[in-house]
Amino acid sequence: MSSVHALAGVGAEGATSVVGATGAFNATWLLLALPLAGAAVLLLGGRRTDRTGHLIGTLAAAASFVFGLVLFFTLHGRSSSGREVSSNLFTWLPVNGLKVNVGLLFDPLSSVFVLLITGVGTLIHIYSIGYMAHDPGRRRFFAYMNLFLASMLLLVLANDFLVTFVGWEMVGLSSYLLIKFWEYKPAAATAANKAFYVNRVGDVGFLIAIMLMFATVGTTSFTGVFNAVAQHAIGYGTLTAIALTLLLGAASKSGQFPLQTWLPDAMEGPTPISALIHAATMVTAGVYLIARSNPIFTGSQAARTVVLIVAAITILLGCVIGCAYDDIKKVLAYSTVSQIGYMFLAVGLGPAGYALGILHLLAHGFFKAGLFLGAGSVIHGMDDEQDARRFGGLWRFMPVTWVTFGLGYLAIIGFPGLSGFFTKDKIIEAAFDKGGTSGWILGCVALLGAGLTAFYMSRIFLLTFHGERRWSDSGPDAKHPHESPTVMTAPMIVLAFGSVFAGGLLVLGGSLQHWLTPSIGRSAEVGAHTINPAVLTVLTLVVAAGGFAGAYLRYQLRPVAAVAPADSEVSPVTVAARHDLFLNAFNEAVLMRPGQYLTRFLVWSEAVGIDGVVRGIAAGVGGLSGRMRRAQTGFVRTYALSMLTGSVLLVGALLLVKAS
Amino acid sequence: MSVVISAAGSGAGPVVAAAATTIDTPSIQYLQLSPVLIVFGVAMAGVLVEAFLPERARQLVQPLLTGGGFIAAFVAVCLLHAHRGVLAAGAVAIDGPTLFMSGTILVFAALSVLLVAERKLDSAGGTLVADASVVPGASGARALRNARGMQTEAYPLMAFSVAGMMLFVASNTLLVMFIALEILSLPLYLLAGLARRRRLLSQEAAVKYFLLGAFSSAFFLYGLALIYGFAGSVELGRIADAANTVGRHDTYLYLGMALLAVGLLFKIGAAPFHSWTPDVYQGAPTPVTAFMAAGTKVAAFGALLRVFYVAFGGLRWDWRPIMWAVAILTMVVGAVIAITQRDVKRLIGYSAVAHAGFILVGVAAANTEGLSGTMFYLVAYGFTTIAALAVVTLVRTGDGEASDLARWQGLGKQKPLLAGSFAFLLLSMAGIPLTAGFIGKFSVFEAGIAGNAVPLVVVAVLTSAIAAFFYVRVIVLMFFSEPTGERPVVVTGSTLTYATVGIGTVMTLLLGVAPQPLLDLANHAAASGFVR
Repeated sequence: MSSVHALAGVGAEGATSVVGATGAFNATWLLLALPLAGAAVLLLGGRRTDRTGHLIGTLAAAASFVFGLVLFFTLHGRSSSGREVSSNLFTWLPVNGLKVNVGLLFDPLSSVFVLLITGVGTLIHIYSIGYMAHDPGRRRFFAYMNLFLASMLLLVLANDFLVTFVGWEMVGLSSYLLIKFWEYKPAAATAANKAFYVNRVGDVGFLIAIMLMFATVGTTSFTGVFNAVAQHAIGYGTLTAIALTLLLGAASKSGQFPLQTWLPDAMEGPTPISALIHAATMVTAGVYLIARSNPIFTGSQAARTVVLIVAAITILLGCVIGCAYDDIKKVLAYSTVSQIGYMFLAVGLGPAGYALGILHLLAHGFFKAGLFLGAGSVIHGMDDEQDARRFGGLWRFMPVTWVTFGLGYLAIIGFPGLSGFFTKDKIIEAAFDKGGTSGWILGCVALLGAGLTAFYMSRIFLLTFHGERRWSDSGPDAKHPHESPTVMTAPMIVLAFGSVFAGGLLVLGGSLQHWLTPSIGRSAEVGAHTINPAVLTVLTLVVAAGGFAGAYLRYQLRPVAAVAPADSEVSPVTVAARHDLFLNAFNEAVLMRPGQYLTRFLVWSEAVGIDGVVRGIAAGVGGLSGRMRRAQTGFVRTYALSMLTGSVLLVGALLLVKAS
Repeated sequence: MSVVISAAGSGAGPVVAAAATTIDTPSIQYLQLSPVLIVFGVAMAGVLVEAFLPERARQLVQPLLTGGGFIAAFVAVCLLHAHRGVLAAGAVAIDGPTLFMSGTILVFAALSVLLVAERKLDSAGGTLVADASVVPGASGARALRNARGMQTEAYPLMAFSVAGMMLFVASNTLLVMFIALEILSLPLYLLAGLARRRRLLSQEAAVKYFLLGAFSSAFFLYGLALIYGFAGSVELGRIADAANTVGRHDTYLYLGMALLAVGLLFKIGAAPFHSWTPDVYQGAPTPVTAFMAAGTKVAAFGALLRVFYVAFGGLRWDWRPIMWAVAILTMVVGAVIAITQRDVKRLIGYSAVAHAGFILVGVAAANTEGLSGTMFYLVAYGFTTIAALAVVTLVRTGDGEASDLARWQGLGKQKPLLAGSFAFLLLSMAGIPLTAGFIGKFSVFEAGIAGNAVPLVVVAVLTSAIAAFFYVRVIVLMFFSEPTGERPVVVTGSTLTYATVGIGTVMTLLLGVAPQPLLDLANHAAASGFVR
């Protein structure tokens, strides 16, 4: 019922109200041109830009952010019917029957992404100036980060699925380059490859979706496809197929089940990258894709059910594994996986949840980036140690990191008044409100996830900053924890403010939901609540408090070993969680091994079959050549004879033709 | 003289001519004939220069005179671009194809003059021998190698040959065509024997070329006689009329056509009449090889196209299968035998055979696209080949040109720019996109498909793949092999050779990247077709 309403809404508001660019919007392309130019200068400039590279890169990001703000407020000043501004740049593919225009769409949805990407991006650029200060490849690092910003902006600004896909691929490339930034580390190189391979799976899905759109609608532009959906020009089966293949793409980019395995490994990259790409921005591209394609998902109940199943599995999976790891970045990575699971849950709910997904995405962008930067600060201060069991009592040594990390931590577990409290609660509430058995199941999963999140986040927080010191400042393995320089703490402070206030600002009065209406339709409020919101809020708090209490009892009041207990001493669940629930092993056994066998078989068959044929032909031609050149005796008489033979044949042939 | 023209040219045949008591002198349109007349004049003047100027002065005057004459003739061709018509009592046809191909021949001839005039390459100056009449092995033959100067008669010989080529593509009667054939061939036989190094090989090439050339001329002449017997005229237009009325019932027609084809296919180097090509290409002085490869090919294809499109245009359904077979055989023979060649010039010789096959695809298409595609291909091929052979003149050992491919190993590291442009030229011969060779192949293949010769085009594409192998092999040798044994010495030539390499390479690139102006020109020239 609600879906029908929303569908109509899209037809009326979403697709037809796109207006041409005027004024500042004519220069929307500057948003991505600025970081792209930065990347070009840094990569082409070579060693000459070594000394100024980080400043150029940061400046490019900041300029893009400032321009994004200008555009945002210009857009804000318009009436809600004129808030989807499309500007065509050039015609990319003028092929008969397939015409693809490269154009940018600056609308409320992309505007919030632009601000998130450039804003958090700029902060992390600033942070990296300090974090990468001693790295010989710092210029290259900033070049790749600028490239990433440009790619990500293209992804969210494109007005055509094919162009989105270009950004999507460029994002994958820059992510790959940054994960393997320290490529001399075998783990980093392997992780980058893994990320690339797993993302390929999703890319194929996305591509198939685009092909399906083109095959059924004949266009790949947002307007064209969404209008076709609104006019029911796409059959339900095709629509579901498009939605599911889009979901495959989204799941790979966002680390959702079953394609989540690359994301924790990607933590091998420098920590600012984990914060920027693998927490705040790129991994949310999947959520963006689903929210952007909302008419398609709204139209397919089946596809949304699959989204919900994926989301529910991912939430629990991320939480459970997050409880078992001691590596601070891995825990945050799995936390990211499960938090994006919440976003998927929200957008999987359809019109009731698109805005909530984006809401949580934005809040998460702030606090998770803050958490990662804090973790980076800790790692930096502890001489690249990442094992939380070797931390402890650090609050005294790095107070700023402690406070900012702490605020991010409180935000993620949903402490009242902080960002996560508003955004996550809304999702849990919406899950219960879905109604029916599925509503209850989803609600309980979300609630359980909240409790587990509180547990593992408290665990990692307490292990790191509180309790007794499990490191020493003397001996061969001496650590001298210290606070990071201002250039690193300043972005953390800014993000901490975001962690505290973003949620409230965005949620209260439904401001963001209202803002997003032109892009994703009016949020369809369900009349009756399954559980009274106030009761549910209290319930959530109680569950989270339970999680915290568990962690407090186990990791604050009892001593913690500096070395993790062996697998034989812990419960089977922990063992499973430590091994990523054996999902990597599963992938290896079910997908990788057969794939390798297939590859070997193909290589073998190519070597024997195809190459054999090719070599055979080559050898045959070579032999023929050797035999034919013998006719070239060098004697004029032989040549004359061959000419005579040729003439006779020619004459004979022509006379034959005549006779016929 | 006028009697001959009247007898051959007037349609009524010898009976009428003999009966007439007075013979009108045909009016000669000197202006329209000026290009070929200029070149003939230059050739005569060159002979006088040889007679009256001292050796040192000839070295300077002859190239300037000949080259200048070619340029002047080219300008004349450009000025005549709008002229169409049959001149000199039906002997010569001035039309789009004539003008296009005359201009092409003149450009290639001018480039070849640059190569012939190069005198810094060999210790004593020039790649041509100083005294051709010294018998190899005789006393003084060794001294000849280092003798100063060259046989400057080469310049007037080239001019005569060029005049013959221009007349060959313009001739409107078979008799004029035969005379032109001889005018273009005889100087070439002499030129082939003028190499400074490896005199014996060079003279052997000259003799072979002469004997086989004479043999093929006889075929042509016999064919001419049979056709005259059939049509009562040697004028191409009248032959066509006769063929259309008498049609398919005359054995003379088909016999004559076959024998004419043999003579012309010999000149273009099509299999099985190609055997002279590698030997002569290898033995002749490299600048002369360049001149032959580029110029003769244009002239021979011009004549072939004119004979088969004008005189036998109505019989195209009869001769096309034969042309198909010859094209396929030529492509396969050229490409396959080239694979096992170890000498650069022989390689280019077999490559010329293969290219003749590709161009025949355009001829066999028997349509306007085929005509324009063939003309474009000839231009592209000529520039590429002249430049490639110019590179060959630069890569030398102490014993003349390093024609053995093994000597080319590692050239890329030694002379990256030279090896790079040679590699580019080879890629063009292989027909890789962004080179002139690709556009050329594309246009003849396109014409072939338009002319319903799809199987022929398929064979052509497959042979291109085989051919690509030996071109790329040379590139691999130059860039990815370590030099073994004695390295070639790349001689620093004068600006003349470098200019030739540069012009050829740039044109190859230009025609590959922006072929449209020349394609338009060729289309325009072909659109109006042959006059008759």
